[in-house]
Amino acid sequence: MENAVIVVVGADKPGIVAGIASKLAENNANIIDISQTVVRGIFAMVMVVDISECKVSLAELRRQLQEKGKELGVEVQAYHEEVFRYMERV
Amino acid sequence: MRYTAEEIVEVHRMLSEEQLDIRSVTLSVNTLFAIAGNLEATLKRLESLGGTLERFVKAVDEVSGKYGIRIVTKRVAVSPIQFFLESLSEEDGPEIAEFLDGLAQEYKIDYISGYSAFADRGFTNGALRVIKTFAEALNSTRRLTGMINAASTVAGMNFEAIKLYVDEVFRMPPTSSSRATIMANVPPDSPFVPSAHHGLGMPEATINVAVSGPGVIESAIRRSRPKTLQELHDVIKRAAFKVTRLGELIGRKVAERMGIDFTTVDLSLAPSPAVGDSVAGIIEAMGISRMGGHGSLAALAVLMDAVKKGGAMATSAVGGLSGAFIPVSEDSVMAERALEGYVDFYTLIALSAVCNTGVDMVAVSKSQGKEKVVGLIADVLALGITLNKTLGVRVIPVDSPPGSYVDLGGLLGRVIVMKLKDVDVSGFVSLAGYVPSTLKRLELG
Repeated sequence: MENAVIVVVGADKPGIVAGIASKLAENNANIIDISQTVVRGIFAMVMVVDISECKVSLAELRRQLQEKGKELGVEVQAYHEEVFRYMERV
Repeated sequence: MRYTAEEIVEVHRMLSEEQLDIRSVTLSVNTLFAIAGNLEATLKRLESLGGTLERFVKAVDEVSGKYGIRIVTKRVAVSPIQFFLESLSEEDGPEIAEFLDGLAQEYKIDYISGYSAFADRGFTNGALRVIKTFAEALNSTRRLTGMINAASTVAGMNFEAIKLYVDEVFRMPPTSSSRATIMANVPPDSPFVPSAHHGLGMPEATINVAVSGPGVIESAIRRSRPKTLQELHDVIKRAAFKVTRLGELIGRKVAERMGIDFTTVDLSLAPSPAVGDSVAGIIEAMGISRMGGHGSLAALAVLMDAVKKGGAMATSAVGGLSGAFIPVSEDSVMAERALEGYVDFYTLIALSAVCNTGVDMVAVSKSQGKEKVVGLIADVLALGITLNKTLGVRVIPVDSPPGSYVDLGGLLGRVIVMKLKDVDVSGFVSLAGYVPSTLKRLELG
């Protein structure tokens, strides 16, 4: 399994989860986990996504998600899970 | 979830708001295979580098895309040109320089580094040819950088090299002198230009990485508001660990893709002119209200000790300068404090004794003359050979008077013209020869 972590930051409003999830489904990226948190008053949604069967590269998936994010008025970033393994675990 | 939302948001904040990125992925590559009896054959052989550069650029772009990490520059370090010029003529130096510069431009490499020579005690023919063509080579190129190692703990300090170097940088505009440096104890595996070169003892090709993360450290300190020095040290150490790990990850992945060795992460924090990306900003977050105030040295010593301890845990591949790398113009707070007069040459030299990497990216007024600049460089290099440290000087001679500044734009920022002490030092700097290696040398056996 190869995972990516999607971070969505912005003002909370209906349709954000659906918008991002549908873009992921289109590319055959499977949501494994999802959680929400509020950081300094700003809504942040975090998703862990299995990209091992994804139709496009992570760079392309990120581009598409960021385009969708613009429509939704939120900021989207997508990282490879290894970034967190390296930085958050000894 | 394997990671908490807080952990994920923390990393995201470092990468998006706190300017954490990879300053440079540097391919260090042996080019000595290209040494030939004449210029034409040498350039012909160097042409084969193109394929390697192409694979390097592709690997860096792929890794940046895959991991979602910004990689600010791609650099290449080649074997010192000195070795080429041992058997070629002086005029061939600038020709090789232009050729390498062209390669960098063609393959979109930001800097290609290695117009360099070692002249710690004296000159070989090749070293002399490099130093005498230094201005010409850098003035006719845009992406080439070069270094003269004029001092080392084992060999001493070559005053003649310093004088020739100053003659050359006085003939350079800021766009060239910002690509030149003079060093003591230069390391063979630095990812930073202008000192980067493919050093002796290295494998055929390696990847060296420089991380830019002062903003992460500053924010960590400001958020945690430590009450004791131990707490402060711990906060910095933990943040430095994470910053260094990012360098380790990217370096390993680029090297893996190219099928070559990953050699080093440089622990230096590498500031940029962006707001919130300043090493001086960290010192001020530690409670020194203006960088340069009394206590700055102690604060920097705490900072770098914690950075090194956190970094040492994060990677087994420490290399390069791994000190407080503070190019004054490239650090917005540092530049401001220099303009305000809180940071002067003696502050920088004192900071170098703790762990700064020397006097970097500071302008001097040509009207103050060359001799004082020779003295300044000798001061820093003397510290290098006395303390057994890597130290360097990158000065930018300009026509403007002390107290003004020249804006170089981009990563290089505003270069402040610092006043050199108005004291005649001609008697000392006109002495010929070299400074013998110090007692430190004898500790090495």
